[in-house]
Parts: sequence; structure tokens; C-alpha cells
Amino acid sequence: MSASAIYILDVKGKVLISRNYRGDIAPNVIEKFMPLLMEKEEEGSLTPLLQTEECTFTYIKCNNLYVVSTTKKNANIMLVFVFLHKIVRVMNEYFKEIEEESIRDNFVVIYELLDELLDFGYPQTTDSKILQEYITQDGHKLEIQPRIPMAVTNAVSWRSEGLKYRKNEVFLDVIESVNLLASANGNVLRSEIVGSIKMRVYLSGMPELRLGLNDKVLFESTGRGKSKSVELEDVKFHQCVRLSRFENDRTISFIPPDGEFDLMTYRLSTHIKPLIWIESVIERHAHSRVEYIVKAKSQFKRRSTANNVEVVIQVPMDADSPKFKTTVGSVKYMPEQNSLVWSIKSFPGGKEYLMRAHFGLPSVENEETEGRPPIQVRFEIPYFTTSGIQVRYLKIIEKSGYQALPWVRYITQNGDYQLRTN
Amino acid sequence: MTDSKYFTTTKKGEIFELKSELNSDKKEKKREAVKKVIASMTVGKDVSALFPDVVNCMQTDNLELKKLVYLYLMNYAKSNPDMAIMAVNTFVKDCEDPNPLIRALAVRTMGCIRVEKITEYLCEPLRKCLRDEDPYVRKTAAVCVAKLYDINAQLVDDQGFLEQLKELLSDSNPMVVANAVAALSEMNEASITGSPLIEMNSQTINKLLTALNECTEWGQVFILDSLANYSPKDDREAQSICERITPRLAHANAAVVLSAIKVLMKLMEMLPTDSDFVTTLTKKLAPPLVTLLSTEPEVQYVALRNINLIVQKRPDILKHEMKVFFVKYNDPIYVKLEKLDIMIRLASQANIAQVLSELKEYATEVDVDFVRKAVRAIGRCAIKVEQSAERCVSTLLDLIQTKVNYVVQEAIVVIKDIFRKYPNKYESIISLLCENLDTLDEPEARASMIWIIGEYAERIDNADELLESFLEGFHDENTQVQLQLLTAIVKLFLKRPTDTQELVQQVLSLATQDSDNPDLRDRGFIYWRLLSTDPGAAKDVVLAEKPLISEETDLLEPTLLDELVCHISSLASVYHKPPNAFVEGRPGLRKSLPARNENTSASNVPQAAVIPAPQESLIGDLLSMDLTTPAVVPTSVQPPSVDLLASGLDSLLTTSDLPAASSSNTGLLGDIFGFTPTPVSYSPPKQLWLPSENGKGLEIMGTFSRKNGQISMDMTLKNKAMQPMSGFAIQLNKNSFGLTPARPLQVLNPLLPTASYETSLPLATTGLVQRMEPITNLQVAIKNNIDVLYYACIIPMNVFFIEDGQMDKRVFLKTWKDIPAENEVQFTLKNVLCNTEAIVLKMSQNNVFTIAKRHVEGQDMLYQSLKLTNGNWVLNELKIQPGNPNITLSLKLLAIEVAQGVFQAYDAILHS
Repeated sequence: MSASAIYILDVKGKVLISRNYRGDIAPNVIEKFMPLLMEKEEEGSLTPLLQTEECTFTYIKCNNLYVVSTTKKNANIMLVFVFLHKIVRVMNEYFKEIEEESIRDNFVVIYELLDELLDFGYPQTTDSKILQEYITQDGHKLEIQPRIPMAVTNAVSWRSEGLKYRKNEVFLDVIESVNLLASANGNVLRSEIVGSIKMRVYLSGMPELRLGLNDKVLFESTGRGKSKSVELEDVKFHQCVRLSRFENDRTISFIPPDGEFDLMTYRLSTHIKPLIWIESVIERHAHSRVEYIVKAKSQFKRRSTANNVEVVIQVPMDADSPKFKTTVGSVKYMPEQNSLVWSIKSFPGGKEYLMRAHFGLPSVENEETEGRPPIQVRFEIPYFTTSGIQVRYLKIIEKSGYQALPWVRYITQNGDYQLRTN
Repeated sequence: MTDSKYFTTTKKGEIFELKSELNSDKKEKKREAVKKVIASMTVGKDVSALFPDVVNCMQTDNLELKKLVYLYLMNYAKSNPDMAIMAVNTFVKDCEDPNPLIRALAVRTMGCIRVEKITEYLCEPLRKCLRDEDPYVRKTAAVCVAKLYDINAQLVDDQGFLEQLKELLSDSNPMVVANAVAALSEMNEASITGSPLIEMNSQTINKLLTALNECTEWGQVFILDSLANYSPKDDREAQSICERITPRLAHANAAVVLSAIKVLMKLMEMLPTDSDFVTTLTKKLAPPLVTLLSTEPEVQYVALRNINLIVQKRPDILKHEMKVFFVKYNDPIYVKLEKLDIMIRLASQANIAQVLSELKEYATEVDVDFVRKAVRAIGRCAIKVEQSAERCVSTLLDLIQTKVNYVVQEAIVVIKDIFRKYPNKYESIISLLCENLDTLDEPEARASMIWIIGEYAERIDNADELLESFLEGFHDENTQVQLQLLTAIVKLFLKRPTDTQELVQQVLSLATQDSDNPDLRDRGFIYWRLLSTDPGAAKDVVLAEKPLISEETDLLEPTLLDELVCHISSLASVYHKPPNAFVEGRPGLRKSLPARNENTSASNVPQAAVIPAPQESLIGDLLSMDLTTPAVVPTSVQPPSVDLLASGLDSLLTTSDLPAASSSNTGLLGDIFGFTPTPVSYSPPKQLWLPSENGKGLEIMGTFSRKNGQISMDMTLKNKAMQPMSGFAIQLNKNSFGLTPARPLQVLNPLLPTASYETSLPLATTGLVQRMEPITNLQVAIKNNIDVLYYACIIPMNVFFIEDGQMDKRVFLKTWKDIPAENEVQFTLKNVLCNTEAIVLKMSQNNVFTIAKRHVEGQDMLYQSLKLTNGNWVLNELKIQPGNPNITLSLKLLAIEVAQGVFQAYDAILHS
């Protein structure tokens, strides 16, 4: 039901570090990984699972490294993938960035971590804050032998006891990402809001927190159905939130981890009027030039302003001699990404801007046919949520009875925001 | 200061130096040395020689050092089992250390040292650790029981660890409970008897459900997975478990969510379908499934494969969520393809317009595989949603106008299916399709187009010309095109007999006389006979009404689907195969969904629909007729009879029982019972080639051998008839290697009743060559005073291995590289009991020459060459792992057809 071994490979398939947990598969089986991966890639049938006679490889790729697990059983493969991503996260938190060099530089700690993260193929403690309390980077001296933090086996496995802050503060960021897919003729095919509430907690002791939102289900059940509320479709909570309590009476109650974490995410698939709308006319004159006329329009209230707006438009690989003309912002050609980026620092609501671009094309046609990549838009609108979600209260109760300050901030930004072109 | 400095020692006397450093008095130096050792181990150097020195460092107060030594032990104990014993004392001592971190570390590491002798010493410390006051130690010990079970299951049973583990299920600490559950599930899965070691009852389940709320995310997965194996006693219990699990759907960890969905999907089977509870629950399942699609691509992939199952099992759950499966430009291709698949499954009248406009968009993308699948999807929509058929057809026509070659071909393949589903509706477009006839180069598209022409021959004025144009290159066509062409022309003939007689004769003679393909020949003969005996019957058969093609394609078979639903989130759910199809070991209990109390579970299961792979549906077209009804009169036809065997072949074709041929086909390699043949080169024992019942009293046993560069057919002829036999003569049919008798058959003349005679007929390879199926098949005719008798036998490939088959080393290397990868075939030789030397010897006695031998990472690689009588070289690579009776054989050869035969020869020789 689990992983047999974990390998971290460089981009050529050389093992940088590995740990065999079950010994049921010959360690050299990993030599088959890279050839198999290349073979599948060539066939165009590459999936994140590779099957050989001896085992199944499950892998993810990050920063030119492959993190691979092997199994010869009918393992819970969802768990394996989520765990592989978790390994990467823990190592990133330990070494800033996981890459070939940081692995060599820290191999002793990595072995220790691998020993603690997984036992006989079963994930154990994967919370890097807790791990950092007893697996440290400087070798342990005789005098201070590390102890297991209580948290490892506590019901509250994410927070250590005895934390102390002079000033007790909580920062709460409500960040909504707008995912949008629109067809070339201007129809919104799909739109949704993926919200997340991120917290930075600097609180002493073991505080008990309760968060109140304008949740529609809660309002309806408590007879406040008329007030402005939001229907949260699929809420996902951090480990610390008491799920059964939420299921029962929609109360979000929890003992938070220390520092930064994602408290919850939610999703609303409602029809959204695109906050920034792009109209584009692309004229391709084969063998000579291609011209873009792009109109960007902000469709939110005048009192809000979008910051750092970037409209990213893919251009043909063999385009040359770019010429741009725009009323607002600046345009840059990024040849390495085959794209042009139109950046507008500040874009108030209810405005409309225009940009023209002109590229030359070689007279010899490119053999590879290129697709019609969609236009992507990046933006950030502070003090504003698309869904209208509001934090009504954040109650903080600790047995010492200190007063704590909650700070709340709202931001709407682009998620996967794609507008197809003709 | 980083650890990378430990990697930089490259001096020659490294091991020596490390040895002295390890034995240093200075703690600091010792620790540095151990780190260097581990660094060497990490980069793959063999540092096992330092075993005793490293073990000496084990007794230390430094935790970091201890961990490194333990790590070393885990890696090398297996290769030094005797010395590993040295470590036992420290382990036992560490299991009593005041620091729980060390106690846990010791018991965890000990379980990972898979050395039988150590295992004995593990039991006492493990027993103590299972009762340790610290939950961290208990949770580690719980997993250790599973480790021990893996090494020695009996010991776990004898020592009462099962009971102790069961007690841990009620432990006050949720982490301990979770690990105990994981260990138990693992052992249940591996249990030798196949029955679970510990049965769960509702009390234990209750405890698990309580622990579920408190343990880590991973622990929740362990508990949920074990709940999925539990069968509640009634629907009330099932419902209450569902209620307590539902909150898990809001967990941030995708594995927790999917495991919860697995349990819910399973338990829902037990609840009445129309109850409010099930309706609400169904609604609750959609959002978490959708959210899984905004995760990392790999996680999405697993989710999509599982959603594919869920959509088949309970189509209601996601029926309104079509849009979330729309493909994004930057999705990885494996995600795109899975999304497409689900889109088709969810397509319905309500959403078809959206789906079609999406599919049309996809069909103009650049990724060929994806585009093909999108075009195919449009066809599937047409078949599934009748109201949309017209729009699908017009969309497909638009796509054909693009003239993009692979789009056109794919479109034609699906249009054929649309014609099948809605006959006499869209024929007006045939002329448009015909315009693209010349551009079709893929067999499936060609076959589809031919099918369309044949099916609508009466409406296409120039159908005969079109089909004739295909006929020119008949022998170069793929089999499926040939078969389709044959059928289409026969259809045409039946519809327009006056002017197509010549055409039909041409195709029949091409199919029957000039083809090596038995399927094609058979079909040709059947048509020929049908047409010449009873054209009316031919019409009934060939132009019979076709069975409807199913609406849903590629649906999983319902029992398999039910089994896979029980395996949601596991590898089986991604492969869409039951676990025993890819997991070694005992077959295991196959899981099945629980039955609902009222026994109505079958009612909402979709009917098992056929899974028509595209080619099969084409061929199936012909075979939808019943082969037994038309009277087949062999003598009424005059097939081209040119050689001695022709009439014999004919009887082979019509009589269904052919004991001689069949026994020699299957038995040749299977029947080798350690029989050591006298010649040095391998020759299989004699087989019964012609039983006396078929030989009019003559029984022939025989085999082939190679002696002094001469192939011979060794036979024992026995007269079981009541009269003497005389006038023996032999003839061989044309065969793959051109075998022909080098001199006449010599038999005692006359052969008296009950007498037998041993004869050896030398064979030359100068005869006519014709490819046989299998390639080693040989058809023989024996004549005597009584009759002409026919039989078929299989020639062991090794008799064709000639004496000068030793290739020059350099030539070998070059040839090996030059032969393309698709000409490499791999086999596994099972249960070979000889060592490398014996293999070299045995093979060389059979003219297989070892060119090179290499020892790579604990396994022997042998490179061998052989040459066949027809001058073809075969290059072989053998991968032999000491202690493993299975050997991997890779062949590289230009004539790929002989690969199977060469493998069988290897198999037989090595087992002789």
C-alpha cells in the first residue's frame, strides 16, 4: 500500500540521493527510469506513472530534478503523489530551494529527513516546522540532545507548546484568484473563483481561534438569509480546522500553527464578468508580417484600481523586428518566450487602452505548425474580492487572556486567465 | 560550511585512510569519517569493506553519528549478515535508552535490517517498545510489526504481536492508532491464507472513526483505506459511517479526499438509491472532485483516471460539471487526453452544443495525438447523442475541408461509424469523402473508406473503379485493408453482378492464391464457395443486417468497474486493471462492492456494452454472419491445385479436428521431461506426428536434429494396420526455410504389420521458400501403397543455426548499433537452472556463439550471435542475475519473424 523507495535524480537520471524503505525491489531498477521516460516521451504517451516488469515508477519533476518513488504493490497512488510534492515542500523550506547543489550540501540532513518523513513506505511527520525542532542542520552536540517535540504525536501535531510573543498579532489575507477561459468570439466558456485565506500568526501559548465569514449556508440556517452572503462551493481546510464542527454548524474553529500557513481554500464557479477584457485582432500575412491590435478594458468599479497588469501575447517563433505603439504602459518583446508583454502599472476601473504591435516574418515558412496560444492576463486588485466574501470576525481566546490584534486584507488577482484568439 | 566537501576525496588509498580515521580516538575525526563513508555510499561507491569499522562507531552519544551508522547498516547488513550480528547488542541497548527518539530510532532501524539472524533478537525489544510510555516509540513499533511480518510472518503470529497490535487500535494516541491500522492493513493484504488476520467489528470501527478526527493527514488516509475494506452489517451502520466520513471531503490533502470518496462510493451501494441521504451525498461529492482539478498536474491525472471510473459508476454525480473538463492550452498532454475522455462520457443532449464547439476548437490544435482524439470524440458524440448527429457530421465535414491529412483520415474513420449507426441518412456526403481517397495512407482510414464504398456500392456510380484502384497494390496493403477490400468487392458484386464479375474473380484469386495470410485466404475461400454454390445464401450472409453498434464506447465491463471502484485512489484505479494484473504474488481476494439489502443493485448498472476496438468492428462486420449455416461443400469448388498438397490443404481447411498438427504445435516444447538426447546438439524428443487413426494404420513419431552441419528429420514409422506397407515416398510443402529432402526416404520395404522402422532423412535448404505461420511450421506428405497422408509439424529453430555463426567482435558491436530499436525483441527465460558457464557451453554446442561476456552490477551479460541457414544473423543479449532463475533475453535481428522461434530454441536448449 505504499512506496518502496524514494530517489532524487538529476536531469540526466543520475541518482543524487536515495532511500530504500522496503527492500522488495532491486535498487538498480532506477537505471531503467530515464530510458523508459525518454521512450515514452518520444512516443508521446508520457504519463506521471511508468510501468516496468518489476515495479511502477511514480515521479514528479521540479527544478530539473526528478523525485521518483517505486512500488510493486497496488499502492495508494494519490497518497504517493501528494507525498512527493510534500517532500519537495519540506526540502524547500529547509534549504530554500531544492536543487542538485543543495542536495549535496545537505545530504546528512536529507537522510535524516527521509528517515523521519516515511517509515516502511508510510508517510509520518511531514510538517517542516515541527521537523525543524528536532532535525537541525548543525550537528547535535553531546550536551543538548534533541527531544521529540510533543507535537509529533499530539492531537495538535502542528503547533508546539510554550510559544511566546511580546505583541500578539494575526494577519489574515483573503486572496481570490479568478480562473477564466473565454472563446475567441468573446464567450466566457468557464469562470470560477478560487479563494484562499492565508494567515500569519504570531500568538503566544495555545490560542483557540474562531473565524466568522458571510457564509450563505450559515446565514440561512441562522435566519439571516437576507444579508449579503457568499455561497462557498467547495471549502478545503488546513489540517488544524475541526472538520466535523464545520460540517455540523459551519463554525470554523482551530488552534493555528505558528507563523505562515493557508487556513482554507474555497471555490465558486459562478459566471463572472471578466475583470479585464481583451479584444484582439491578429492579422497574419504569410511570409511577410503579423500585426496585432489589442484593446484592454477594465470592467470593475471605478473606485478600484488594478495594479501590475500584464497582457501576455504569444507571437510566432520566427517573428522579428518588433514595433509597438501604445497609449499607456510599455510593451516588451520576450524572444526567449516567443511572446510580447504589455505592462500597465496602474489600470483604474472603467477604462479602455489600446496597443498595436507589428512583427516581420521570414519569407521561408516555418515547418512546424504553431498553435494559437491564448492571451494571458496577469493583474492584482487590492481591497476588493470578486465574490464579496467578508471576514465578519476573528475571535482569539487563550487561557492567559491576552488581547490580540487581527489584521485583514483583501486582494483579487488573476488565476488561470486565458482568452483564446483567432 | 556545507556537506559537499565529503564528496571530494578521490585519493587511491581512500578505503585505507577511512579505515584509520574511523578507528581514530578523536570523536570529531570519527564523525567526519563516517560522513565521508556515507557520502561515498551516496554516489554509489562500494564501501561495504568498512563494515566492522563503521559498526564500531555505533556506540556513541551523538545522535547524528548514530543515525548515519544506522543508515550504513541498513544498506550493507544484507551483504554482511554475520558481521551484522555485531550490531545487535547496541540495538538492544538503544531500545532501552532514556531518550525516546533513540528508542524509536533503534526499533525502526532494526526492522529494516532484513537479516534472519537479527530478526530473532528483534522480538524482545519490539515487545517492550509496543508498550512504551512514549507514543512516538509506540507508533514506530507498530510499523515495525509489519516489517517483521514481511520478513517472517510466522514469527509475528507465534510471538503474539498480532494481539498487541490489535490492542494499539484502542490506543489513546491517534497517531499510534493510525500506524497500527496501516500495519494491520498491510499484513491483511499480504496474509498467506488470503483471509484477513484481524476482522474488524463495529466497535473497532468506532474507535477508528474517532481517531480519524485527530490524527495527521496521512493517518487519516490509512484509516480511510482500512475502512474501505470493512463491510458494515446493515445499511444503518453504513449510513452512520458515511455521515462521519463526509467532513473529510473538506480536507486540503487530495489523498484524504479521494480515500474518503472511495469509502463513500462503496458504502452508498448498500443504501437505497432513492433515499434522501444518497441524493444529498451525491450532491456533496461533486465539488471536491472538481477541486481536485486545480491541483498539481500529476495529482490531476490520478483524479481524472478515478473520475473516469466514478462517471461510469454514477453518472449523476458530475453530470452538470462538463465545463470543468474543458481543456486548457497549457495542460500537459496526459491531462488533456483524460479530460477529453471524460467530456465524451458526460456528453448529453443538454450540453452537446458546448461540447461540440470545444471539440472543434481542439481539432485545430497542433498536438497530433490530441487532435486525432478530438476528431474521434466528435464521432462518438454523434453516436451517443442522436440529436447532435447532424451537427457532428457537418463539423466533421468542415474539418475534412481543412485538408490536414491526419484530421481527414481520422474523420473518415469516425464517419464510417456514423454511417453504421444511422444508415441511409448521410449518404449525400459520400462524394465529398471520395475526393480525399488519394490522400489516405493509414490502414484504418483506407479500410474505413473501402467499407463505405462497399456498403453503398449501389449508389456510387464508379464504385467498381474506385475499388479497382485499390486492388493494384493489393499485396502491399495492411491486412485489415485487404480483408475489407475483399468484402467490399464481394458486396459490390452481389449488388451489381453484371459488370463486376471480373473484379470479384480477381480479388478472390489474389486473396486465396497469392496470399500468405490464413485469415485472408479463409475469408476468400468462404466467399468463393458461397458465391459458387448459393448466391442467394451469399447475399443473406454478406449483406445481412448489421448489429447495432453501442452508444457508449470503451465502457469497462461492470464487474471490473465495481472492483475498480473498491480500489479508487490506488494504482489499479489509474491503470484500470485489477491489482492482480500487475502485482506479483498470490492472486488475492478480489474486492467487490457490497450488495444492497433489497437486491436491486443490478438495476442501475449500465448494460454491458460491447467494447469495439475500431479494427474489430470492421472485421466483425464480416464475422457477424454465422459460419456454420451455409453448406460448405469442399469438392464443388476447384481451388487452384498445383502441387501435391493442394487437396490436402483443402482437407486441412475443412476438417476441424487435426490432432497431428495441434499436438505438434503445442506439445513440442512443453513435453520435455528432462530427457537427455544422445546427440550433443539439442534435439527435442520424438513427437507423435501422425497418429495411426489419421494415417490409415501408419503411425509416425519424429523429431529434427542437426549433426555435422546436416539437418535431418528423424522418424519412427510404425505399421499398426493389418497389411504390409510399401512404396514409401515423402514430399515437403514449400516452407519458410526452403527445407527439402536431400535424398529419397528409405524405409524397410515392405513394412510388416506391427513392425516399426527408424529412419533419418537428411534435409537440404535449397527448396522453394514460402512463409509459413508459425514460421517453423512444416507440412509433410507421405505416400505409401495405401494412401497419401498429410501432417504438419514444427521444426525446432536451432537446427537452422549454422556452424559459422560466430561474428567478429567489432562487426557484432557495429551490427548491434545499426539494427534499429524496433527490431529488438525481449523475452524472459524462466526457471533456468544452469549458471553462466553452463549456458555458454550449452549454447555453443548448438552453434550459438558467445562473443563477449561482461559483469555489470552484479549481473552477467552475455552477447551471442548465430546465423541461420538463410544467411540471416541474429544477435542476442542475455542478462543473468545470480540467484535469479529468470533470464532476460533480448534479440536484435532484421528478420523479426524468427524471434519467437529463436526464443523457443533458447528455452528448450537451456531446459534440456
